[in-house]
Amino acid sequence: MTTPPKLTRREMLAGTAGLVGGAMLTGLPLEGQAPEPAPAVPPDATKLQGAPTAPLGARSPFEAPTRAPSGATTGSSLTPLQDLSGTITPSDLHFERHHAGIPALDPARHTLTIHGLVDRPLTFTVDDIRRFPQVVRTHFVECAGNGRAAFRAPKPEMTAQQVAGMLSTSEYTGVPLATLFREVGVRPEASWFLAEGGDACVMTRSVPVAKAWDDALIVWAQNGEPLRPAQGYPLRLLLPGWEGNINVKWVRRLELGTRPWMTRWETSKYTDPMPDGTARQFTFELDAKSVITSPSHPDTLARKGWHAISGLAWSGRGRIARVEVSTDRGATWHDAEFLSRPEPKSPVRFQYLWEWTGREATLLSRATDEAGFVQPTRTALIAERGLGTDYHFNPVLGWQVARSGQVTFFAET
Amino acid sequence: MRARTNLNTRTTLACLALAGAAACGDAAANGPATSASTPAAAPAVGPAAFTDYDGAAVAGGPGAGKRFGIGSAAARTAIAAMDRDVGPDGAELPPGRGTVAEGRTLYTAQCAACHGLNGEGNEPTYPRLLGRVADAEGFKFASDPKLPHTIGNYWPHATTLFDYIRRAMPHPQPGSLSDDQVYALTAYLLAQDDVIADDATLDAAALRAVKMPYADRFRPDDRKPTAAPAAARP
Ligand code: HEC
Repeated sequence: MTTPPKLTRREMLAGTAGLVGGAMLTGLPLEGQAPEPAPAVPPDATKLQGAPTAPLGARSPFEAPTRAPSGATTGSSLTPLQDLSGTITPSDLHFERHHAGIPALDPARHTLTIHGLVDRPLTFTVDDIRRFPQVVRTHFVECAGNGRAAFRAPKPEMTAQQVAGMLSTSEYTGVPLATLFREVGVRPEASWFLAEGGDACVMTRSVPVAKAWDDALIVWAQNGEPLRPAQGYPLRLLLPGWEGNINVKWVRRLELGTRPWMTRWETSKYTDPMPDGTARQFTFELDAKSVITSPSHPDTLARKGWHAISGLAWSGRGRIARVEVSTDRGATWHDAEFLSRPEPKSPVRFQYLWEWTGREATLLSRATDEAGFVQPTRTALIAERGLGTDYHFNPVLGWQVARSGQVTFFAET
Repeated sequence: MRARTNLNTRTTLACLALAGAAACGDAAANGPATSASTPAAAPAVGPAAFTDYDGAAVAGGPGAGKRFGIGSAAARTAIAAMDRDVGPDGAELPPGRGTVAEGRTLYTAQCAACHGLNGEGNEPTYPRLLGRVADAEGFKFASDPKLPHTIGNYWPHATTLFDYIRRAMPHPQPGSLSDDQVYALTAYLLAQDDVIADDATLDAAALRAVKMPYADRFRPDDRKPTAAPAAARP
């Protein structure tokens, strides 16, 4: 992700959809915004037969969440976090970031070959992979560039989608990479492996072998069905908690060796310049982070009284231990409650009930993970890494609520 | 949100508790369909500890200590067809050679349309490749996001350029360049960004010898998992 997302026409449309959603939430049409024509429904649905069964389900015509695609084969599309509940991202709304488009792969022909410092170089068909004992795990994937524009050049009109939409969560089914590594007999001297995708840039990343013995997976299913093509169909390397790019999609080859390969995606890209004139490399684990998804821009709070402040918190190092919410720009903090069970390297949905008195407020959230890492302020992050840091943005961010109830993005923490 | 423990995991867990992983690995009946050709359990080759959702480490994950005999021997030719990566020591560099002058001609014909005649790019879609400016020397990128990254002022390894062009460029016809052409383009881009001489020729030995100006600026992640940056708390 080198491109700070611009507000494209499509994103503006997505924003409009969010706006309508927000207006529906509060039950009020928003000022200056022509209400969209409502889908046709009968006056009383109990008085006539409904629609028949169908081969595929569809969303209610009242719901139209969309990603915000940049439209390029080297582009991205962002998950509409403001439209989602719970922790799972519907597969068709999972964010995308491709470097050479989405390859068309035939699962009957696609294979995964493991070679290099191994006793038995083996090639596995997709069917072979599915014969191994499986595991089911819920994990997030977050692009290392998630939130770059919000960090470098925050604007009040940014939405949750633009601020943090390169985060998506799925329930994955796959085989532990450790199982495959035992199958090929990885030699003790192997310390790194190269993972290669079968797309048009033949994406490559170097991975320490230790991750394979820990929790790495080769996955083939997402949310109960085969992976979506945009998420790596038919096979993806999943390295729980690690920056998105290294979770190589369409994975076709793993080569065991003794040093990193220094691929373009771990040198020219995905490295973080530091104020001391160095660049941090191999910044794999994503540090604890949180985002309030409701309320968020462009919502307007319609009335005073109780509002559930809700959002997501996650850490690439383990479970989220605590989420705090502030409604007064960080002067005081309150523990939020978890609406889902915290699992390792998997987002938790949090909620804090807040009574809005009609005064200006700044809503912030701050996550702490089980290792004790506390999500930093933007000021602290800039002091540590500089405004020119290129990836791995996890500052405390939030939303400004005006007296009018209008909600805008707030980043000055 | 609990992870579902499948039968194999449970079996493994039970085996671990009862008899240890090695004994379970030998007991073929505990695994999924095994055939006569199933090899004997291989010795564990690493500190396998598959993190279970419930916090208990299931050593090696389901089926630990087992080999299943699934998969087929990878053909040498099939591996060779894919195994085209070049690491930082250049050990895998192929035969071939190319000059800066040849690279200039190729660049103009096949690359300039997207990356610009002078490698200035057309951001955000088409990245800048060249154009070192005095302001951006000294690796001060953290201070100003606008400082232009180029090959010469940022990339730590020349081998990366060879590997990437060969695997992914030109964007509309990836993988279409001969090794000679890739050497030539690598030479041209390095010469244009003042890393090697304008009359240079690159082959495997010459490319291995190239030292990028800021190679020593890259260092592995040194974050502490437990502590946020100082003054983290708002
Ligand atoms: C049709 C447009 C197009 C053409 C022609 C093209 N490129 Fe590219 N190039 C791209 C795009 C787009 C990217 C970024 C890919 C990504 O996002 O991963 C890129 C990336 C690169 C990079 C990596 C830049 C970086 O900062 O990491 C190099 C090097 C490169 N191209 C070299 C070449 C060379 C050499 C040629 C000619 C043989 C060429 N390109 C032709 C579109 C093009």
